[in-house]
Amino acid sequence: MGTLRWLWTQLTSMRTALVLLLILALVAIPGSILPQRPVTPIRVSDWKRANPALADVYEAVGLFDVYGSPWFAAVYLLLLVSLAGCIVPRIAVYARAIRTPPPRTPRRLDRLPVSATGTTTMDADAALAAGEAYLRGKRFRTVRTADSVAGERGRLREFGNIVFHLAFVLALAGVAWNQLASYTGDVIVVEGQAFSNNLTQYDDFRAGAAFKPSALEPVTVWVDGFTAKFETGEVQRGAARAFSADVRWAGTDGDVHAQTVEVNQPLRVGRTQIHLTGHGYAPVVTVTDPSGHVAFSGPVVFLPQDGNFTSMGVVKAPDARPNFLAFEGFFLPTTIVDDQGPRSVFPDALAPSMFVNVWTGPPREETGRPESVYSLSKEGLEQMTTADGVPVTFKIEPGEYVELPDGSTLSFDDWRRWTKLQISEDPGQWLIIAAVGLAVAGMTLSLYVRPRRIWLRVRPGGGDALLVETGGLDRAESSTGLGEDVTALAASAGAVDAAVRGTDETRGGQLPLDNREDAP
Amino acid sequence: MIATYSSLAMVSSAVIYLLAMTAHALEWASARGADAKASPAGGGRVERFGRIGVALTAVGLLSHIAGVVLRGVAANRLPWGNMYEFVTSSLALVAVAYLVLVWRRGWVWLGLPVTLLLSVGQGLAVTVFYVAVAPLVPALHSVWFIIHIVAAVTSGAAFNLAGIAALFYLIRRRAEASGGARGYLARLPQASALDDFSFRVNRFAFPLWTFTILAGAVWADYAWGRFWGWDPKETWSLVTWVVYAAYLHARVTAGWKGVRAAWLCLIGVASFWFNFVGVNLLFSGFHSYAGI
Ligand code: HEM
Repeated sequence: MGTLRWLWTQLTSMRTALVLLLILALVAIPGSILPQRPVTPIRVSDWKRANPALADVYEAVGLFDVYGSPWFAAVYLLLLVSLAGCIVPRIAVYARAIRTPPPRTPRRLDRLPVSATGTTTMDADAALAAGEAYLRGKRFRTVRTADSVAGERGRLREFGNIVFHLAFVLALAGVAWNQLASYTGDVIVVEGQAFSNNLTQYDDFRAGAAFKPSALEPVTVWVDGFTAKFETGEVQRGAARAFSADVRWAGTDGDVHAQTVEVNQPLRVGRTQIHLTGHGYAPVVTVTDPSGHVAFSGPVVFLPQDGNFTSMGVVKAPDARPNFLAFEGFFLPTTIVDDQGPRSVFPDALAPSMFVNVWTGPPREETGRPESVYSLSKEGLEQMTTADGVPVTFKIEPGEYVELPDGSTLSFDDWRRWTKLQISEDPGQWLIIAAVGLAVAGMTLSLYVRPRRIWLRVRPGGGDALLVETGGLDRAESSTGLGEDVTALAASAGAVDAAVRGTDETRGGQLPLDNREDAP
Repeated sequence: MIATYSSLAMVSSAVIYLLAMTAHALEWASARGADAKASPAGGGRVERFGRIGVALTAVGLLSHIAGVVLRGVAANRLPWGNMYEFVTSSLALVAVAYLVLVWRRGWVWLGLPVTLLLSVGQGLAVTVFYVAVAPLVPALHSVWFIIHIVAAVTSGAAFNLAGIAALFYLIRRRAEASGGARGYLARLPQASALDDFSFRVNRFAFPLWTFTILAGAVWADYAWGRFWGWDPKETWSLVTWVVYAAYLHARVTAGWKGVRAAWLCLIGVASFWFNFVGVNLLFSGFHSYAGI
């Protein structure tokens, strides 16, 4: 029992909080240096391939998911427990403190960090009343006794401190709730196509443990057009300048709304946000098989490989007969061909073309096994060759068509843009933002409000005049103006030129009446 | 054209700050052996160099501000779109704050470190970080971005001033402990006053930094649909925040107030700079690595 108590005292001490904070800062660092799986899974696998010796060790200790690792959680959970253990008792103390009057006047005011003495010609009552009025005017709470006035102010400091720490807990609670209930999904939509918000439509979907598919906002979005503008001037040539998508959307009520979505202006439907997070090109092609049947027709999403949108993709025509046909190749929005080979030199589609290989093989059975639409499994396929055995590859521009050795054709009808929509809902977000706002407010109070105690005593000093004594102390470091308050208080009681002892410079040391060391 | 004038003004400011730093270095050198009270002649020379340094800094600042403003005019937007612009704006704010302190409090002693910071910072900005004027990428078209940057630049300037004071606190305290400060150190405020100044500035900066992170998160949510994604920039702003939270706790913890708190303050500044500069330079390297 004794040990437990000791442990608890240690855990909730200020020093432990401090050390835990430093540890938290330290353990957050590896996650900024190493690629993290939840953020960039591809870079994690690249890294592991490049550093096979370290990969397993790092994996075992969770270095590729630092912020989800048990040891990271251990640090912040300990910090939370410490915080609760520290702040809850302080709430009780505070609740008691606001109901107690300012502390009674110490016997020896001249022992306080700052004090002053002088004489007054007022009578005792008038002097005390004037002193009290002065303190009230400066927003001290006061208590008057027969020969003295005690004043106190600045309890908002502790209030702010408590608010801040509680708000911090609240913000973390918001983060946790959000983690559980939020979802984020991506889907690529070509101009002219639409997206309906249900799970089957997503290319990629991540959700917290408490997410239910029924929580998806029923919304349909038609992407009518996507505009991309790029820098054409000399500086930062090719940098993105503006993206926008013209969409129509309809929610549960079926009303259709038209809207323009931009990078910083997501579409909001209820609590669901729809962001533009990427874009690219989709060549529109038509494939006919040797018998002249259209085996495929439509836009095909190609994925950008570099900043100039050299894009890679596959056109598959599983319905082509007698043989399965597939075209693998690059779409180059602004094509040049030089000694580095064909590539794109600008992200906009100024001189689009495709460079294509042809693959063919026996018709595929429906296996039901899903295959990526962006890559081609070459199992059972071979590259189509000309009569003299050279693989068929060709360049094709919009409006052209190419006839292949087996009599099938590929025509490059047109191109469109696609945009990647990110659909997400963060139910805990407002709580987090409100809590952080509250934390800033509380913190500001606790950093700027300066608690101060001050006393005035009047007593006979021999002769006609009464002796006026004042004294005060600050409960926070870095307060100024205590000396002024103490002399002004004496002056208000009629002691205009009271002699002052002590200065503000004594602040910051151990304060006699108040053991604030290692609170609680 | 205007952009050229802007660059010219920035380069001149770097040079003038360098001259100011030289004047302050002479100020320090001439304080050696010249105890202010014992020999007024020596003291006069020290002060003269100090005044020259401040005057030069003021001239440098005029040029610096012209550079920042013209940059904004040339780009036809607020000049906070890239690292070059952040660094130059933030340093202008440091210089303004410093001159206000000199004017209101006579704190010429900040001269050497501040001009060192300014000349190194402006020097790096015009050589390493410089980029030609260009419009913003779409993600930066946001009020939240502006709020975020103003808050970041302001708290950054404050963190730096507080860090300088903390550094002097450590030096001066050491001197006081080993039998009194000599040379220029004797002209610094007392260790306790330096500590106090450092705290006051940090106390201003910390809530603002908290707000900076909040505004950044709100902006990220507009731009990317997520308010926190643990990217290196976000992580390091949190690390910086946590270090300063530790600093504030240290100040009320026995055995940690004073020297250790000052060290935490310095670690905080280091982490701020790392986030500001290091993350961009180093971790973009990781990005390009991953692009292969
Ligand atoms: C969870 C992480 C924590 C953070 C981010 C944090 C942050 C802060 C900040 C910024 C301050 C300075 C503002 C002020 O003076 O009120 C502060 C003060 C304080 N913190 Fe924390 N804190 C944390 C945890 C704790 C814990 C675990 C304890 C208990 C041991 C604690 C006890 C205190 C106390 C007593 C003060 C007031 C100091 C004073 O009276 O000046 N904090 N905290």
